[in-house]
Amino acid sequence: MTTGREAPPKARPRSPGRGVPLALLVPALVGLAFLLVPLLALLLRAPWRSLPEQLASPEVWQALRLSLFCATAATALSLVVGVPLAWLLARTDFPGRGLVRALVTLPLVLPPVVGGVALLLALGRNGVVGQWLDAWFGVTLPFTTAGVVLAETFVAMPFLVISVEGTLRAADPRFEEAAATLGASRFTAFRRVTLPLIAPGIAAGAVLAWARALGEFGATITFAGNFPGRTQTMPLAVYLALQNDPAAAIALSLVLLAVSIAVLAGLRDHWMRTV
Amino acid sequence: MPRSAHRSHRAAGLGAIALLTLSACSPSGSGSSSGSGGEDVSGTVTVFAAASLKEGFTELGERFERKHPGARVTFNFSGSDSLAAGINNGAPADVFAAASARTMRLVTDEGHTAGSPGTFVRNRLQIATEPGNPHRIDSLRDLTAPGLKVVLCDRTVPCGAAARTALTAAGVGLTPASYEQDVRSALTKVELKEADAAVVYRTDVRAAGDKVEGVEFPESAEAVNDYPIARLENAPNPSAAKAFVELVRSEEGRKVLGEAGFLKP
Amino acid sequence: MPKIPETLPGPAGAVPGPAPEGLDARLVVDRGTFRLDVALTAAPGDVVALLGPNGAGKTTALRALAGLAPLTAGHLRLDGAELHRTPPESRPVGVVFQDYLLFPHLTALDNVAFGPRCRGAGKAEARARAAAWLDRMGLAEHAGTRPRHLSGGQAQRVALARALATHPRLLLLDEPLAALDARTRLEVRAQLRRHLAAFEAVAVLVTHDPLDAMVLADRLVVVERGRIVQEGTPSDIARHPRTGYIAQLVGLNLYRGQADGHTVRLDAGPAVSTTEDLSGPAFVAFPPGAVTLYRDRPTGSSARNLWRCAVAGLETHGDQIRAELTGELSLAADLTTVAAAELDLRPGAPVWAAVKATQTHAYPA
Repeated sequence: MTTGREAPPKARPRSPGRGVPLALLVPALVGLAFLLVPLLALLLRAPWRSLPEQLASPEVWQALRLSLFCATAATALSLVVGVPLAWLLARTDFPGRGLVRALVTLPLVLPPVVGGVALLLALGRNGVVGQWLDAWFGVTLPFTTAGVVLAETFVAMPFLVISVEGTLRAADPRFEEAAATLGASRFTAFRRVTLPLIAPGIAAGAVLAWARALGEFGATITFAGNFPGRTQTMPLAVYLALQNDPAAAIALSLVLLAVSIAVLAGLRDHWMRTV
Repeated sequence: MPRSAHRSHRAAGLGAIALLTLSACSPSGSGSSSGSGGEDVSGTVTVFAAASLKEGFTELGERFERKHPGARVTFNFSGSDSLAAGINNGAPADVFAAASARTMRLVTDEGHTAGSPGTFVRNRLQIATEPGNPHRIDSLRDLTAPGLKVVLCDRTVPCGAAARTALTAAGVGLTPASYEQDVRSALTKVELKEADAAVVYRTDVRAAGDKVEGVEFPESAEAVNDYPIARLENAPNPSAAKAFVELVRSEEGRKVLGEAGFLKP
Repeated sequence: MPKIPETLPGPAGAVPGPAPEGLDARLVVDRGTFRLDVALTAAPGDVVALLGPNGAGKTTALRALAGLAPLTAGHLRLDGAELHRTPPESRPVGVVFQDYLLFPHLTALDNVAFGPRCRGAGKAEARARAAAWLDRMGLAEHAGTRPRHLSGGQAQRVALARALATHPRLLLLDEPLAALDARTRLEVRAQLRRHLAAFEAVAVLVTHDPLDAMVLADRLVVVERGRIVQEGTPSDIARHPRTGYIAQLVGLNLYRGQADGHTVRLDAGPAVSTTEDLSGPAFVAFPPGAVTLYRDRPTGSSARNLWRCAVAGLETHGDQIRAELTGELSLAADLTTVAAAELDLRPGAPVWAAVKATQTHAYPA
């Protein structure tokens, strides 16, 4: 976590060797503390004694299962459409590309609740696109698990696109040219050369997107509503518990935290390490 | 929201826990304090009020400032629970108007109110439907019609708890499409025609104007919500607080709130 | 982005009846301030080197041949087939890139198998072919190695095998030896020469190193500022350089002037006496080793070419010192370290430079 060499501060004002400059170390530690202290507070104030009882509720596990499923599905969906989108932005030149890139990042600045309303207006039963989905296929998305996945994808995909596009820009495009001279079409070159080369960036982007999807609240509850087992994910359960049972909310938050830390650490060990 | 969480060096976490543990304890002697009947009503009076009171209280605030030219009213409209948590954590408020006796009790139990709170208005449930009530919903039982999408508030928020009570009283088992996090989002679903109906307070239906239509139902009498108001023990401006509470409880105050859909206590 | 015009100018009507074998190209690439316009022809079996300074447009020409840079105008025919509109993946062209661009996530074998696989071979067949190529390159035991674990010379050979595995009709090599250290370079240059000699189709290599060009190629095409300034066999070009750049490359002092009998009056500077008898525009060249330097004006020297100069710079080449001189004539002179010490040469020192007429070489411009 830290460098492990901040022990005697007075001994190293500016040591010439491998010392960490104070001008970097101090803000770094402040930043770390800023991120960790709230989490620490959560742990310190957690209702440890009533925790087993809180966690015995089947609703908790239902919400957790739904959260994990939806975040994973949203990540998968983001990968399927987000990676090609990132490629388009990084590797092709078309009029208005700058604008498109700005639009892709829009969900990052949009308050998620507004995103949820926008999704309702677009994909709702009465929405611009949604009314045709309903009329032609009998598909309505609000209040469904699919709706949760879509809402999470909406807010999480920009993280993936930005991450992958950045990796693509940093990757040498001449590998694709080399593939072309060997007879590979642009798609083959993408699939067999570019994709493996940017795999670490994709993995990082997917993890970001997954984490964002797991914590998603505003767009989800606005677009998909809140129904246990169908659309009530952990953040929704936490928020609603907070209304009249803060201890339960803290307990639920801890579960969400523990599971996400376990998953992220596991992923890092298993396949973020490669390349 | 201006000053809900200032002076929070008492650690918000502690307050949150205290909220749970202490609210379960027996009510201790509530703050019996001087209700200084001074006449000089001036300065700023800070009112923490349930979000549903926004329309009526804003109007009353303007009237109050006209009556007392030296005074200013600032409001913090939010969910009653978070307002109560804020007060219990030392937020500098003069008046607290809650949307339920339960949330007021969170504050009185901590001894933060001056005098005992009094109910100033009541609220009842209505069924909100699309304008013109195209599905011809006339009762709670009609909400169970197949294919009908109904949203309720989550039971953790007042309108959800009230709806549960009413549904139980009516003997209607209803599976909604969603338990919304607050009245506003429940209404939004009806306004956007994503849901066919929602069970909300009549004041909310009134505030939504002609975007939804309200349907009365008899079981709403079983789930009437009392709105208590109280001056606070640590009020920075006790005299103005007193004057504001008096305005709210006056005939004039009830009239203004009545226009917003509230019922007399 | 330059656009390819619908109809291309150029000697399109000059195509003879039977499809001619080999390469016939005129490459025009317009990039705002820079314009490349070179014509290249080569028969199967030819190894052509594009030689020129950095920024001359060699790599652009190579990319145009590979289809990686679009032609603004001109034509490109290979074995009679018009290729200028063909995308790179459909051209029978193999490329060895300067830094090889071996796919880092694939083994040497899969790198080589990549081309055959893309051109329709099954997985097993592609790998078998790749294995055969690696074997030919003496790399059989490195088949399973990732590029980052290959030495520079091995990587170069894998890159060559990868390019050859698709049986290209045109092999392009971009600075094939530039990424190698001096010792490896010697060895790889010899191997590459053998492989290129065995290659049955056209090979075009790009280099700024005259030695690479002369060792590897049958024919040199010298490009400067987007234009061909000279082409011919290595020995021809070495003997008759036509620009200062080439002369410098092959280690000659080269001047242009007007010949009149045994004298060439230089365009900028004095006259040079020669043994050849010429008239009209002419080049005159002499190697730096032919220059003799004196502290004081020599009296007994038979040399008629004597110029007053000053030392502009000194550079050590092995046990030789090369002196850059300015003055009446700018030239390079080679002398031994002993001689340099005796003359007390240092930048700014005045010297007399003499060259015997028999040491000069004049030829028509």
